[in-house]
Amino acid sequence: MAKESAFIKNNSLGIVQTQYFTFDSLLLGSGEKFGPVTLAYETYGELDKNKSNAILVAHALSGDAHAAGIHEGENNPGWWDVLIGPGKAFDTNKYFVICANVLGGCKGSTGPATLNPRTGKPYALNFPIISIGDIVDAQKHLIDFLGIEKLLTVVGGSMGGMQVLSWLVKYPGRIRSAIPIATAIKHSPQQIAFNEVGRQAIMADAYWNSGNYYAGPFPDKGLAIARMIGHITYMSDLSMSEKFGRQKKENILPFKFNADFEVEGYLRYRGDNFVKRFDANSYLYITKAMDNFDAARGKTLQDVLKAVKVKALVIAFKSDWLYPAYQSKEIAKAFKLSGIEAIYCEIASTYGHDAFLLEVEEETQLIAHFLKKVFYGYEVTGNYDI
Amino acid sequence: MTFEKIHPDHKIIISLIDSRATVLDLGCGCGELLYILIKEKNIRGQGIEIDEQAIYKCVAKGLNVFHGNIDTGLAEYGDKSFDYVILNQSLQQVEHVDKVLNDSLRVGKKVIVGIPNFAYYVSRLQVFFQGKVPVTPALPYNWYETPNLHFLSIADFINYCRLKAIKIEQSEYLKAKGGIKFLPNLLAQTGIFLISK
Repeated sequence: MAKESAFIKNNSLGIVQTQYFTFDSLLLGSGEKFGPVTLAYETYGELDKNKSNAILVAHALSGDAHAAGIHEGENNPGWWDVLIGPGKAFDTNKYFVICANVLGGCKGSTGPATLNPRTGKPYALNFPIISIGDIVDAQKHLIDFLGIEKLLTVVGGSMGGMQVLSWLVKYPGRIRSAIPIATAIKHSPQQIAFNEVGRQAIMADAYWNSGNYYAGPFPDKGLAIARMIGHITYMSDLSMSEKFGRQKKENILPFKFNADFEVEGYLRYRGDNFVKRFDANSYLYITKAMDNFDAARGKTLQDVLKAVKVKALVIAFKSDWLYPAYQSKEIAKAFKLSGIEAIYCEIASTYGHDAFLLEVEEETQLIAHFLKKVFYGYEVTGNYDI
Repeated sequence: MTFEKIHPDHKIIISLIDSRATVLDLGCGCGELLYILIKEKNIRGQGIEIDEQAIYKCVAKGLNVFHGNIDTGLAEYGDKSFDYVILNQSLQQVEHVDKVLNDSLRVGKKVIVGIPNFAYYVSRLQVFFQGKVPVTPALPYNWYETPNLHFLSIADFINYCRLKAIKIEQSEYLKAKGGIKFLPNLLAQTGIFLISK
């Protein structure tokens, strides 16, 4: 595996560009017709002749369309660059990878910060309540536009995993496989609670102004606190101890309630950075969509997925307490009971929920082999040396 | 890979299983047995395995494997949802033998159990002459590192089945170099049973 990891580091897609696709209207789950809708998306690799090698990558709460490669003039690669690229888990020499910013987002897709064409002002809270299903419906418009009849796989971690489950339930005929990672059929009260504290932090910021802040000033404090809470839940007790200990920062100013500890400085830094790239109203809308999500829509997932012919790989992480492994196990169990061929693996990571972005070698092992099996459609590998 | 290279116990298990059957392998390890069963007998197979590294090896073979504990991993399966449930060299490692066997007999139409024979004569000699807990090819662990929680002999298992009204449909016994019929509880290292209820 050591050789493999060197390979992973040395293989980047290089410069990539965001593209935009606009369609007239989307029928939301609520019954409302909403439009026009623009999706920002990126693609990596080449679509093959039969259009059989397309993979849809669904991002998490704060993600965007920029999943891999580097934007011109920037230094930081996309959010899942470790897994997407030549020779990586999602091998762009073989597969065509698509990632779109979610409906309701703020990184190029239509969301609350978008100008309402009818008023010439940002939608703000006039943006309709959206669901994970609506996000997936918008993605389906994009997949139709790209002329792809059947996706090789849909993959995503966290909220991305919810989109994977939603694809399975809504469009099982349009996917050959599914890879939900560190996700849940529906949020537990604990997960809803953390999201609610984040939303309350935003709405308690006087600058939030019932969502009408686009002329400035912005509810930066509230959004930063929401992000700080988020970051705490993405790590684990152990990963925080290892990263920060009780280390105090240098050059402490003579002022009470400074960020004395490194962990405090880290959270403040993360919070302050987040407000530069994220819209507070998007945070409200998207977290609400996550909380309202129930893949089985009140039934059991195994009943909903009966007779679905899809292969699945379910991945969880031992130290993830935001999306505990038992939730992924429930997904895998439902798959098995519905007759879906499924693999379930619980990776012994200490990174907490963040593990889905960090456990590169383990995820690569599982994903690369699984995709190969789905792509070539065999039962077991041709020749395996026992 | 040639058929000759297959472990002798795997060979026997393969011979016990009908083509195109559905098979659940409990404690499937790196998936060798499931892999051969799919290749040779066209079965539809699924494994449960506790060891993470073994899971990666199963996935590399293209197998469907579930990372988990046998003791708690059977409850969700419906009655008779598999033609065969295999417990090869894993029953002695589970916590609740009764529960796992009962669940296996419920979930599978037939169950195949493979056990290391504690009453193998070499083990008996080691206990008798050296006064030590035996270490043999079938029971290769020292007492301080063994994953085995239960120690039983072929006679123990047969007795258990009689006690619990479990039907032994077929039994096969293995010594180091192949099958054996004569005095299995003394001369065999491994017993393999096809059972049903």
